[in-house]
Amino acid sequence: MSILILAEHDNASINAATLNTVACAQQIGGDITLLVAGADCGAAAEQAAKINGVAKVLVADNAAYAHQLAENVSLLMAEVAKDYGYVLAAATTTGKNILPRVAALLDVAQISDVTGVVSADTFKHPIYAGNMIETVQSADAIKVLTVRGTAFDAVAAEGGSASVESLSAVHDAGISSFVGEELAVSDRPELTAASIVISGGRGMQNGENFALLESVADKLGAAVGASRAAVDAGFVPNDMQVGQTGKIVAPNLYIAVGISGAIQHLAGMKDSKVIVAINKDEDAPIFQVADYGLVADLFEAVPELNNAL
Amino acid sequence: MKVLVAVKRVADYNVKVRPKADGTGADLNNVKMAINPFCEIAVEEAVRLKEKGIATEVVAVSIGDKACQEQIRTALALGADRGIHVESSETLQPLAIAKLLKAVVDKEQPELVLMGKQAIDGDNNQTGQMLGALANMPQGTFASEVNIADGKVAVTREIDGGLQTLSLTLPAIVTTDLRLNEPRYAKLPNIMKAKKKPLDVLTPEELAVDVAPRLTTVKVEPPAERAAGIKVESVAELVDKLKNEAKVI
Repeated sequence: MSILILAEHDNASINAATLNTVACAQQIGGDITLLVAGADCGAAAEQAAKINGVAKVLVADNAAYAHQLAENVSLLMAEVAKDYGYVLAAATTTGKNILPRVAALLDVAQISDVTGVVSADTFKHPIYAGNMIETVQSADAIKVLTVRGTAFDAVAAEGGSASVESLSAVHDAGISSFVGEELAVSDRPELTAASIVISGGRGMQNGENFALLESVADKLGAAVGASRAAVDAGFVPNDMQVGQTGKIVAPNLYIAVGISGAIQHLAGMKDSKVIVAINKDEDAPIFQVADYGLVADLFEAVPELNNAL
Repeated sequence: MKVLVAVKRVADYNVKVRPKADGTGADLNNVKMAINPFCEIAVEEAVRLKEKGIATEVVAVSIGDKACQEQIRTALALGADRGIHVESSETLQPLAIAKLLKAVVDKEQPELVLMGKQAIDGDNNQTGQMLGALANMPQGTFASEVNIADGKVAVTREIDGGLQTLSLTLPAIVTTDLRLNEPRYAKLPNIMKAKKKPLDVLTPEELAVDVAPRLTTVKVEPPAERAAGIKVESVAELVDKLKNEAKVI
């Protein structure tokens, strides 16, 4: 059965999450096609063709797809998908935005946040903030899945030589338009791709104090994250949020600072390889998942850690 | 304009739900149930639109067994004008829910549909988008700001890289993220008044919607447990462990 994957990109380059989705597709097995829908997206399509394991790249290059509006891209993808057995996308805000629309147009179910491939029609995914893993079997002719990147090791971005085909069909629903965006600019690695993440919670007390974490992050080459409590309190923007409703991370090292460890936060980081918790409350639930726990005042411990690195 | 707001009955967010012993699903026996937090934000936004004079009527809809009427009453106590309960004791998956909501949309003809971006039980994050496709309506998912003017709605969305703003023609669907607003508490007199507000009951059969599930749950199990960790006494010991034992820095 052939597999169609929505490539995630910014017209210039392919987002790393696509590489994890291709890895999931390889576990399912079958010819893998990437759909690159954008405007002036030739560079992204070229990169897509080099991804290891990809057989074909379909390029829809039109102003209607410039900002990958769900209304337009879903119409395109649903049309293309009719020839495929599987439709996949990364479980990022882009994939989550577009793919359910595709599934509904195809009149099939979607399985969200797939973390395991059991067989051709059976998949695992977390529910209830990761407190349970559900195994579901799909009876639909086309299986639509969003893929949790942390559950699949990325395929190589180079080494492939897929054929590239242009799609001429233009789907412009004409019901939505792009106004603008404010994207966070950072020299640090992207949260979901970083091998080390240091996150702060309500215990940080304010946004300025996140400078303590940033200093450690710069020494370790880490990304800086936050708990929902810290985001809700206005310390830092939402794009830093790790958790059930934020980003899912699974770095080699996760350092939780001043984070109590609500189940909603644990849902976003408990698959990290090594977890460190620094919290002055020795009963904080974060210590139950931490490999190394340090009961200490973060305002003493973090500067000390910074000096020790 | 008329606003339709969808609410889901779920286990309270403070409860750590566990699988049933036989692995057939989540064990919800004696678990406190509540309105899904994202749906509560959707209700609040709808009520604020009414208070601003933008919305003329707020209709709260919930789908599920009879107990869902509790959550509709909660929405009515928060300020919704009337309720619709689509009653079904079947297991309803997101596609079926989206089809039922589409039927309600056809009937009610709202100009704006507000709903949560995801429910904290299934964590699917699908229904709003599916309804958008079925009703051919534009969607503003993961909304942190909603502004209505001149027959359009501007929605600021929380995306992985930051914030994105879209302009959607009405009628449109908006799914809420956490920072859209802070929901109010229902006041006791309003809870009393809510009991007298109209609540219509419909069925999937009346709406002519096939709700047969497409996915079968094979099993539900707890996630892999993490091995118990240790407490370190000092930063020096922590750095030593990370360097020499875990070898991650």
